[in-house]
Amino acid sequence: MSTFRIGGVHPHDNKVYSAHQPITACPLPKNAIIPLVQHIGAPAQPIVEKGDKVRVGQLIAKAGGFVSANVHAPFSGIITKIDTFVDGWGMRTPAIFMDVEGDLWDDTIDRTPDIVHEFMLDPKEIIDRITAAGIVGLGGACFPTHVKLLPPPGKTAEVLVVNGVECEPYLTCDHQLMLEHSEEIVIGIQILMRALGIKRAIIGIEKNKPDAIAKMQALCSRLLGIQVLPLDLKYPQGGEKQLIDACIGRQVPSGALPIEVGAVVDNVATVYAVYEAVQKRKPLISRVMTVTGKSVAQPGNYEVRFGTPLTDVVALAGGIPEDTGKIISGGLLMGRAMNNIDMPANKRVSGLLFMSENESRRVEPENCIRCAKCVSACPMGLEPYLLSRQSELQLWDEMEAHAVMDCIECGCCQFTCPSHRPLLDYVRMGKAKVGGIIRARQAAAK
Amino acid sequence: MNMKLIVSPAPHAHSGDSVRRNMLLVILALLPAYAVSVAAFGWGAIITTAISIVACVGFEWLIAKFILKQQPTIGDCSAILTGLLLAFNLPCNLPWWIVVIGALVAIGVGKMTFGGLGQNPFNPALVGRVFLLISFPVQMTTWPRPLGFHTQYIDAATGATPLAALKQIVKAGDSSLVSQLPSLWDSFIGMMGGSLGEVCALALLLGGLLLIFTRVITWHIPVSILATMAIFAWISTPEGLCGHQYICYTLLTGGAMLGAFFMATDYVTSPMTSWGKVIFGIGIGLIVMIIRTWGAYPEGMSFAILIMNACVPLLNKIRPKRFGEITK
Repeated sequence: MSTFRIGGVHPHDNKVYSAHQPITACPLPKNAIIPLVQHIGAPAQPIVEKGDKVRVGQLIAKAGGFVSANVHAPFSGIITKIDTFVDGWGMRTPAIFMDVEGDLWDDTIDRTPDIVHEFMLDPKEIIDRITAAGIVGLGGACFPTHVKLLPPPGKTAEVLVVNGVECEPYLTCDHQLMLEHSEEIVIGIQILMRALGIKRAIIGIEKNKPDAIAKMQALCSRLLGIQVLPLDLKYPQGGEKQLIDACIGRQVPSGALPIEVGAVVDNVATVYAVYEAVQKRKPLISRVMTVTGKSVAQPGNYEVRFGTPLTDVVALAGGIPEDTGKIISGGLLMGRAMNNIDMPANKRVSGLLFMSENESRRVEPENCIRCAKCVSACPMGLEPYLLSRQSELQLWDEMEAHAVMDCIECGCCQFTCPSHRPLLDYVRMGKAKVGGIIRARQAAAK
Repeated sequence: MNMKLIVSPAPHAHSGDSVRRNMLLVILALLPAYAVSVAAFGWGAIITTAISIVACVGFEWLIAKFILKQQPTIGDCSAILTGLLLAFNLPCNLPWWIVVIGALVAIGVGKMTFGGLGQNPFNPALVGRVFLLISFPVQMTTWPRPLGFHTQYIDAATGATPLAALKQIVKAGDSSLVSQLPSLWDSFIGMMGGSLGEVCALALLLGGLLLIFTRVITWHIPVSILATMAIFAWISTPEGLCGHQYICYTLLTGGAMLGAFFMATDYVTSPMTSWGKVIFGIGIGLIVMIIRTWGAYPEGMSFAILIMNACVPLLNKIRPKRFGEITK
């Protein structure tokens, strides 16, 4: 069996638009806004001031805690102000503003195109370099990577699960990265294995990327302990818990982290960033993102430095299509619809997806016909029809008893509902409420 | 950027499935059996079905519009399906006004009283049928013979169903009646007396498989019903019949196939989880066999399904296996 065991759906993958488009670097902008929150956790604290001159790769904001991440200058230029901007969802976000003057890099960074194979560092030095480089999970959650590499006392890692699944329809950036930088990714995996002190890694790749599977397999065949596992297509296979289940047949218990079953999961893009940080001393200042959609003129995969206005990236792809009704940051099933794209690229935006007006509209919901398709589709084994009803009726205790906190918000229930009911809308709302109640209870108990 | 954008929470895609599609697929799956009925019973089958469907759709529209004062939802085709299923459960020579009463009870009492599609605890078509069975016992158990296509509606030749004969064999131990049973092949292809749509096990099986392959229904309910009935039959085989014969008659006659694939699997009135569905099916299988063996009626599919419908809220307490509970 080469997929996860509970639930899942099969959306059309629509990857044809941007698949196999070579990664193109996005030109440098004139002005850049570098957000201080590009990760889960505390905001980074700026260490530069207005008027400071910075070089590419220079640290400009320090992690604001253990669960936080450093931010580096993606361009060389002058800091103009430290202020806030309104992001694509209308939220005011702190950021460092700069005028871009050029592309002058910090001296410590190795900018040669050679691939560095040897690494002599001990685990602590590796983790220090990853921490310093501000690396976060580039699969979408943006959880600081160094935190995962330091398991809590009493827990030991046994296997590294590398996420090359890219189960979201439309997105192709990880696929292209695996094709163009497979060697670096494999070195990155070895580095992470050394850092964790483990001997085993599994790379999970869905079977709709046969070329990436072949390429990785060819590289890993000579290596002990690294296995490439082709996976049957099923969404949400790229979900952390689903991927662990599919790759090593273990299920992370409710409320626990992957380390509970001895697993650490990292996305291929994160692994590539680890390679660059450890071998080339290059901090995380750019990522590959997919710009795609049925009407996009030049859909493709673009390497974008953080701080570049998204409008520049879109211009590279041929501009906003005429018939656009919705712009999504991220994937089709879990991405967030934006109300504008006047914001900078950051670690979190893995793709920009343009949907036509027709594709964007929801269908009017009908009565629940209790067909149980949402129950069979839920990859967490929950009862979405029930949770959504409980949320409508504000039965928070009932929702907690029915494990709403296990919901990963993948949207399989709503995707599959023949009555077009907004199941996840209600479940998400209830989950937020129940989460608040649980936190308040914990705080009161202390 | 001067552009009006639609902002809504994820997911931004849908499978394209709809209530209407599911209903239409069930109707499609019923068509082979309907074709056999028309071939066997002629105009009677056509007229009864037409009256039933028109009456069901009409009553739903009237009740939604003038009593509930809501937007009628006949576009989802569920009333058409109820009408078709009700007709399938009636003898084809039933007077038209009895069919209309059945439709009124099915839609009015069985469905709209509870607020329309998705809210009813009992299968509407069966509510209609059982109401008629109790109110008009003579007309409801006068079965026309399948004489091939003919144009008479009311005064067709009538005769006993195989189930009535089977009941005598089981209850009275009268094994001389075995010769009255149709051959197994005849009961498989539908050459026997019975309700309009239930006679051809072969066509119903084909339709049922279509529903399973198109994922409209899952295998749990039909398989658990039919397996329970088969095991029960095997254990309680009466004298004069051998085990496999009795099992075949049990599964091929009466409402077994129609009930297992089309009536019990009604979304609204069946459980939500796999285990719930299996227990639901076992319950139906047991009750049918108990009624058939010891009860007053020769057939008990309708009663069995309605009784288990009432247990569905309880069966829904069985929760699915959560992620993290599979430890291996």
